[in-house]
Amino acid sequence: MLKLDARVPGGPIEQKWANARFEMKLVNPANKRKYKVIVVGSGLAGGAAAATLAELGYDVACFCFQDSPRRAHSIAAQGGINAAKNYQNDGDSVHRLFYDTVKGGDFRAREANVHRLAEVSVDIIDQCAAMGVPFAREYGGTLANRSFGGAQVSRTFYARGQTGQQLLLGVYSALERQIGAGKVTMFSRTEMLDLVVDNGRAVGIVARDLVTGAITSHAAHAVVLATGGYGNVYYLSTNAKGCNVTATYRAYKRGAGFGNPCFTQIHPTCIPVSGDFQSKLTLMSESLRNDGRVWVPKSKTDTAKHPDQIAEDARDYYLERKYPAFGNLSPRDIASRAAKEVCDEGRGVGPGGRGVYLDFRDAIARDTEERIRERYGNLFDMYERITGENPYRLPMRIYPAVHYTMGGLWVDYQLQTTIPGLFCLGEANFSDHGANRLGASALMQGLADGYFIIPYTLGDYLARLAGVNSAIASPTSSAFAASEDLVRARLDRLMNVRGSRSIDSFHKELGHIMWEHCGMARSAESLKTALEAIPKLREEFWRDVTVLGDRDSFNQSLEKAGRVADFLEFAELMCKDALIREESCGGHFRVEHQIDGEAKRDDDRFCHAAVWEYAGEGKEPVRHVEPLAFENVKLATRSYK
Amino acid sequence: MSDLNLTLHVWRQRNAKSPGKMVTYKVTGVSTHASFLEMLDILNEQLTAKGEEPIAFDHDCREGICGMCSLMINGRPHGGQRATTTCQLHMRHFKNGDEIWIEPWRAEAFPVIKDLCVDRTPFDRVIAAGGFITANCGSAPDANDILIPKESADDSMDAAACIACGACVAACPNGSAMLFVAAKLAHLHRLPQGQPERMHRTQAMVTAMDAAGFGNCSNHYECEAACPKDIKRDVMALMNRDYAKAALASRDRETKSDGSG
Repeated sequence: MLKLDARVPGGPIEQKWANARFEMKLVNPANKRKYKVIVVGSGLAGGAAAATLAELGYDVACFCFQDSPRRAHSIAAQGGINAAKNYQNDGDSVHRLFYDTVKGGDFRAREANVHRLAEVSVDIIDQCAAMGVPFAREYGGTLANRSFGGAQVSRTFYARGQTGQQLLLGVYSALERQIGAGKVTMFSRTEMLDLVVDNGRAVGIVARDLVTGAITSHAAHAVVLATGGYGNVYYLSTNAKGCNVTATYRAYKRGAGFGNPCFTQIHPTCIPVSGDFQSKLTLMSESLRNDGRVWVPKSKTDTAKHPDQIAEDARDYYLERKYPAFGNLSPRDIASRAAKEVCDEGRGVGPGGRGVYLDFRDAIARDTEERIRERYGNLFDMYERITGENPYRLPMRIYPAVHYTMGGLWVDYQLQTTIPGLFCLGEANFSDHGANRLGASALMQGLADGYFIIPYTLGDYLARLAGVNSAIASPTSSAFAASEDLVRARLDRLMNVRGSRSIDSFHKELGHIMWEHCGMARSAESLKTALEAIPKLREEFWRDVTVLGDRDSFNQSLEKAGRVADFLEFAELMCKDALIREESCGGHFRVEHQIDGEAKRDDDRFCHAAVWEYAGEGKEPVRHVEPLAFENVKLATRSYK
Repeated sequence: MSDLNLTLHVWRQRNAKSPGKMVTYKVTGVSTHASFLEMLDILNEQLTAKGEEPIAFDHDCREGICGMCSLMINGRPHGGQRATTTCQLHMRHFKNGDEIWIEPWRAEAFPVIKDLCVDRTPFDRVIAAGGFITANCGSAPDANDILIPKESADDSMDAAACIACGACVAACPNGSAMLFVAAKLAHLHRLPQGQPERMHRTQAMVTAMDAAGFGNCSNHYECEAACPKDIKRDVMALMNRDYAKAALASRDRETKSDGSG
């Protein structure tokens, strides 16, 4: 039975993190090297955690499935990172960032965590600048900012359209420094396939060396998962191809509660799907909405016309019309639903009518093409490479796509999961963003967790562990052996189906089910349809999938098959969570619960985080709740009008 | 636009120890809107249907930023379209009936793992030797305390755009990693934060580069032409100047320490 104790420290919200830090036990500097910590994932959260824990003196092992830690998917974030610096003198503050994030998340995040995030945001920018991240600057040499959706202040720091890349390279350089110093052992091209739990504590992982196929056990005093989100359950998403749910799902099966799995973010500005062969969707940064205006023709009959042929008064700038206060910078969930709505009305543009215009005509006329090129040049180039169209001449065509998952492993204030010794950071955990994440906040959360939170909270865990059991588990113990057997048996099972359907065909079919029935709009009926279809597809997968190649060598098919097998189980959990949450909030839109097309929350019944407990193979998972109290931001209907 | 039917000659190699060879495949029904990697996905689906093992190739983000994809396409890294990675190369640049030769990066320092995948960990080792600014977490001053002229930040960013894909090494007749190493140095040395460790960093990274088995630069500049991120060769001039200064300075230091011995 799961025990959900959020361990939120006492005191007023501004004091909680300071109080918590003071109450934490410390590990003597000379003893730190005796503690071994496993970090799975090398993105902003995992890489920052591994580097920082090593700087403090811990013995760290870091794992990633890519060929280098520098390739983690944080690298693809384009627009920026938020921080409450108030460098623009436009009214920003820690409290305002906290407020915007709680409201943006539609009141489904834990207040204390969000406040801490806003507090440490300012330190992140300092740290990144010191490490040589080439943030955009004003002519006088100070840092530049831009605006992002869901905020009326300019608090987003950026490095052209490659902010994620530059922040990750900062993290990566710090990590490589520790690898070079012998403080971090790096395991690249290595994938975690199971979590090992012994006597109720996380004691290590079982991983597969993706080059040799060898299954290996790794023991530690604590395990940190920073393995990103599960957007690829939809097959088509803006995630990298390798992003997967396996690490967190394996942890869930070992007893870690999974928080709000149905909370998915659909990003409004992505390049539309162009055919069946499509393997991923490409984001066009939200920052483009600072200068681009979103519109569709007012009349259905104009949708096939060349955009230049559609007069100004025949255009519907629907975001500006519906949400005059935030306009084109409305939050992602709202902008996505508005795009779906106009396309459902038959006013969408481009192939299949699944697209809206993002138009820079007015911005180019106002600021010159040169200025626009300076701000967004690389994004415009990317758009042209993919579509073959020049966005300086023609408006971009965009459509919403799966981008981020707010759900993840449930963690307490210390970022510890329901399994003692197992911590979870970044997109992989459920905290901070509630039911909708604001733009430029994912990078902030990843670095906050990795640089400034886990170094404290993990130390507290280890210091308290010392009194209980400071001996490291043996990788040859029975818990590890049992886990290795399970992993090998599963790989054998995948290899031995020898069916007739390709892995991708199953993944695409699952993605289609999820997008149609558990996507931008969900209903009890659609979710029930999905809950019938998914087990059937899963059964067919295990009967008819074909995985070629060898188990004990480099085999990309086998890697993919394992991840798709986990998605086929996890998708069901998402739909169950979405079905039970009979309200609309943030990215979770239940068509039965709306007022004038806007999300209608039900705070009486659902002002909580849902936390799912695995109950065993073939058994119904158990839903627990963590009630959410809003003492500092008043519960209110979100309005951007 | 109609779909393409193509003839592909692809390098197949079981593992690092086995010899490899070019194998010819026909791939049919490729949309001109597909990316080059999506074309390979289509081929792999067709191979799987026939019970043949799919071709291994590295890829991840498929939006030109992670640096995981590679491939020599018709003898040119990433296919030779200016400032474009393989994942961003689209099939509208090919014609129906084209023959395409696809090989892994060819460089001694990057051994083949399987088919089109190579081992690029030498790049990580070069960064570990000095490609960082020593700034432990928590020790930073306020970000606006370090004023950086916009031009310096922009120049630094130009060099920092490197994605470590390895195209520069694959393009170079000598298998040199000069452009990669120099880009990292220029990123850090065009900023004030990079100055304290400048000489040591240059020496350490060049030494690690040599130890990793990369060749020497003999000024062909194929690297610059192949770079999908448009890194300019002037970064190498900066590196060479710094390396010469660092070598002199370290000789000075040795002389001094001998004297004070």
